[in-house]
Amino acid sequence: MSKNTDRAAYYVMILPGLLLLFAFTFVPLYYSIIAFQKFNPALGVQGSPWVGLDNILYMFSLRDARQVFFNTVFIASMKMVVVLLAAVTFALLLNEVRFARTQRTIQTMVYLPHFLSWVILAGILRTILARDGMLNDFLGVLGVGPVYFLGQPNLFPWVIILSDVWKEFGFEAIVYLAALTAIDPTLYEVAELDGASRFEKMRFISVPSIAPVIVLVGCLSIGNVLNAGFDQIFNLYSPIVYATGDIIDTYVYRIGLLQGQYSLGTAVGVFKTVVALLLIGVSYWAANRFASYRIF
Amino acid sequence: MFSARSTSDRIVDYLITLLLIFVGVSTLLPLVNTLAISLSTKTAVSGGMVGLWPVGFNLDAYGYILRDGSFWRAFGISVLRVVIGASLNVGLSILTAFPLSRTDRAFRGRNLFMWLFVFGMILNVGLVPWYLTISNYNLIDNFWALVLPGAIPIWSVIILMNFFRNIPKELDEAARIDGANPWQLLWSIYLPTSLPALATITLFAIVGHWNSFFDGLILMNDPANYPLQTYIQQLVIADRPALHGGQAQMMAQLSNNTLNAAKLFVAMIPILLIYPLLQRYFVRGIMLGAVKE
Repeated sequence: MSKNTDRAAYYVMILPGLLLLFAFTFVPLYYSIIAFQKFNPALGVQGSPWVGLDNILYMFSLRDARQVFFNTVFIASMKMVVVLLAAVTFALLLNEVRFARTQRTIQTMVYLPHFLSWVILAGILRTILARDGMLNDFLGVLGVGPVYFLGQPNLFPWVIILSDVWKEFGFEAIVYLAALTAIDPTLYEVAELDGASRFEKMRFISVPSIAPVIVLVGCLSIGNVLNAGFDQIFNLYSPIVYATGDIIDTYVYRIGLLQGQYSLGTAVGVFKTVVALLLIGVSYWAANRFASYRIF
Repeated sequence: MFSARSTSDRIVDYLITLLLIFVGVSTLLPLVNTLAISLSTKTAVSGGMVGLWPVGFNLDAYGYILRDGSFWRAFGISVLRVVIGASLNVGLSILTAFPLSRTDRAFRGRNLFMWLFVFGMILNVGLVPWYLTISNYNLIDNFWALVLPGAIPIWSVIILMNFFRNIPKELDEAARIDGANPWQLLWSIYLPTSLPALATITLFAIVGHWNSFFDGLILMNDPANYPLQTYIQQLVIADRPALHGGQAQMMAQLSNNTLNAAKLFVAMIPILLIYPLLQRYFVRGIMLGAVKE
């Protein structure tokens, strides 16, 4: 057994992964330079003329682009806040349920949407939110509506935010539930002896013990502030709601691929990538600093 | 604990439990509605009469799907991408995670490679350059475009690497003394001890492949090459039912909604079948991902 043959084996093992990483991450990184070109597919990356920062400056001058940037940040940050609140509330309440089997059954029910694709969920939502769908039938009984949930620009972002809550709150609650089950039960018993009420036990024992997890999730989500959820919005939006529902990723898809403005689409993408890298840097720094978290 | 709990306390217990059961059931109502629509008659559905129970129960929509060649072709492509794609994902994760779990001394360059992979993970290359790259490889309308670009799932590599690093070094050393080389070490010590982590990343890969639609949409020009999610996206979401010949007649008899609901439901079935496993191992995966030191 020699150290050198060991090393050779390690290199052989890692080679396929490295090749794929190169081919599908670093080669596209090279293609990103067309953001600084007037790219012409016939001329290729080598032959297309350079235009410096023109595409980036043009992007900043587009009213669309600014609106899209705002929509993205708004939808993404509201999703984080609302999903986090829903997940924490759910976890705290579930922790109060004393019947273990009921607890498990409830978990089984709320995790399910997490595993279904946005194509499926959007198909379901489009049916339910339609003018003659189940939700409007229900509102009709109450004398409200019909409401065009997917066709009204002022409602659309909230439909997106709340449907994301539906898909993810249960699954997000897992980390909080784990923190809650790790609490030493004697803490609650001692508090009871001291005459603490249910609410006081929650306020002074449960909440403080999940606070670090909340901080961690909050820090890590900073890196996602430009990801408002392409799959979800792409499958639920329509031109009527572009004003409030169009996000960077859907915008890049339409101008870059559908309209074939490769350079402009890439410029928007490069801008997003750079900002996202900075944000991820900040988020890992914050996660490490405030929650001593490291990914490896 | 036998301390007497007050009656009011117990009432609150029941109220919270009831509230959460309500929340849980509400989460599933949209899915029940879809199932009910798929089992109802066209007239009942277009009359807006179907809530949570089928009206005029029938299996016509499912019968139609059974005979629908294009649906099953898309289904087959999805199954194929799950089988091939997930095998590649898991195989490559193992091969990459193992050398990365070594120290930089045992495997020179380990730290550099690690940073390359992490950089690759957080770097989100834009859609356009990504598309141009793949079309430059002539992979458009090629099945491999659905599996190769995402073949190395870096998050899974990290999960597995962290798992490998927590395996006691004594096992490693014992095998070394018996003269095991890295391949034997990986095969007979590391893999058998890592089954839970392997189950987790396998399920990540399966669900990821089954659920993705966007790569199929932009990388396949010919609808005959669509995986199931893309096929459904085009039919149900993009709302462009391909009506021609006998199909048009069939469609007239079935409400579009009924058929769409049935398709959505059939596409859900594989996920529902493996749901018990998903619940068990995804939860573990979340906790594995959150390694705290």
